[in-house]
Amino acid sequence: MSSQQTLSSSLYTARVGGIDWLAIANRLMHSGGYTAIGILSLLAAWWLGGWLIENNPDTSSFADFAPAPAFSRLVELTLNGAVWTAIVPSLERIGLGLFWAAVLGVPIGVAIGLYASLREVTHVPFQFLRMISPLAWMPIAVLAFATWDGAIIFLITVAAIWPILFSTAQGVRRIDPLWFKVAKNLGADGFQMLRKIILPAIGQDIFAGIRLAVGVAWIVLVPAEYLGVTSGLGYAINDARDTLEYDTLAAMVVVIGVIGFFLDAICVKLIQRFSWHQQG
Amino acid sequence: MTANVSIDYINHTYKGQVEPTLVDIAANIEPGEKLALIGRSGCGKSTLLHMLAGLLIPTEGCVRINGHQVIKPSAKWNMMFQKPSLYPWMNVRQNAQLGLDLAGIKDDGKVDELLELVGLSDKSEASVQSLSGGQQQRVALARSLATTPELLLLDEPFSALDAFTRSALQDEVARITHQQKLTMVMVTHDIEEAVAMADRVLIMSANPGRIVGEMKVELPYPRERASQQFSKTREDLMKQFDSLVGNASQAESEPESEKKSDREAA
Ligand SMILES: Nc1ncnc2c1ncn2[C@@H]1O[C@H](COP(=O)(O)OP(=O)(O)OP(=O)(O)O)[C@@H](O)[C@H]1O
Ligand SMILES: [Mg+2]
Repeated sequence: MSSQQTLSSSLYTARVGGIDWLAIANRLMHSGGYTAIGILSLLAAWWLGGWLIENNPDTSSFADFAPAPAFSRLVELTLNGAVWTAIVPSLERIGLGLFWAAVLGVPIGVAIGLYASLREVTHVPFQFLRMISPLAWMPIAVLAFATWDGAIIFLITVAAIWPILFSTAQGVRRIDPLWFKVAKNLGADGFQMLRKIILPAIGQDIFAGIRLAVGVAWIVLVPAEYLGVTSGLGYAINDARDTLEYDTLAAMVVVIGVIGFFLDAICVKLIQRFSWHQQG
Repeated sequence: MTANVSIDYINHTYKGQVEPTLVDIAANIEPGEKLALIGRSGCGKSTLLHMLAGLLIPTEGCVRINGHQVIKPSAKWNMMFQKPSLYPWMNVRQNAQLGLDLAGIKDDGKVDELLELVGLSDKSEASVQSLSGGQQQRVALARSLATTPELLLLDEPFSALDAFTRSALQDEVARITHQQKLTMVMVTHDIEEAVAMADRVLIMSANPGRIVGEMKVELPYPRERASQQFSKTREDLMKQFDSLVGNASQAESEPESEKKSDREAA
């Protein structure tokens, strides 16, 4: 019994010279080690894919997809500014699309969260509309908007509005009814109720919806930018394909992934900022 | 100013229900009087209190405060609930100050004074989620008092607290409402609480809710719980409650007496 105990404790603490190396290693792994493993695995898979493509005579003309040419191209594009001219218009479109999605989605979400009748009226239409791929709106968007930019922003809005709207509505429904009663009792009018109680109560739900929306919008952006426009990341990818510059194409894919990652991280920060749940 | 409340023959039937919840409720509450409403669960105490707060309009009859019919909520007649229901995105001071903020009144030290009064001045910047249940209820009390109400309505505000905190808060509220000469109406399940805090107790019966009895509590403030008169009054009230609506020990919902009756039944 006791020998078993010493065995297991020596297994799990690995004390050498009074220092618990295992605990230190564990701490190091959690502060970036595991993340590094994830990134390296992704790069390895990419490298392996590139190697297979290069060594297959049928596909060897696509060999520039591999990490090495893609990264050297990325450095080049960053230095000559081409990356930035692609990123800026895309971010503008995403920003405007999300802006309109929030401007429409939050108030509608609050309204259907508050009023059961409105919720019932909108249920079927909203579920129906939500299921339509944003890209299926493309022909309509092109007809309805004078500019390509307008059409793309519309498509992003259509994609991004649903998560914001539903997350907002759910947040409102979760508000403690007593919070309304107390505020009313203290003399709150409708507008004060919205500004002082409802919006602070659902801040985190709104940003959780926006986080989902950013993900969807970022995915819709690239195919939407295959439309008419001559700027943006989607255009850059399409253009690189047409001109057979696969290293540029892969570099742009990396850029898209990295920006998407940072947009998501910003959303997480905002959710935390507006969350009133006790931390820890 | 403190409120004179008159309840003018209220009948109430909730929407979609056939049976009335309240029948022929009439009472007059003098300025500065402390009134307790006791009765079995479901007899309509909270319903009546909501009407006094203007949170619910009776189907028949009305409530008048200083002669004016109550038609909507107002910070002048303020209600405290069983749950403190503080807003977690506001700190202690912001919660206590909410009523003033909503009314657009600049706080000139009143909130600090009230936090002092309820013993929380050192916590004014703390998160309300870090407070104990009793401290949270104290913040709610400060919030209710900040708008200088004429009438304080309490719906079992201490029932979720432990016994020590509860009696401390009862004494505190009694002291404050006396000092400020506030009219107070409280709903309670606890006969001792009624005797500790009220000048007069109304007893309600259920199905439909009616006022079936009344008892004056003629004890000086501050009330001495250990005194003989206190226990005597408590017993009198319990007896009257028993004779009017049945076993008082059940209404008190004291686990010990429940256990006893369970054992007797078995
Ligand atoms: N919004 C409502 N709609 C319909 N019926 C209701 C509503 N609120 C309360 N009731 C009913 O009215 C009756 C009185 O309820 P009320 O909450 O006033 O009782 P109470 O005396 O406060 O009870 P308790 O001591 O348990 O708090 C109950 O039968 C309850 O079911
Ligand atoms: Mg009640």
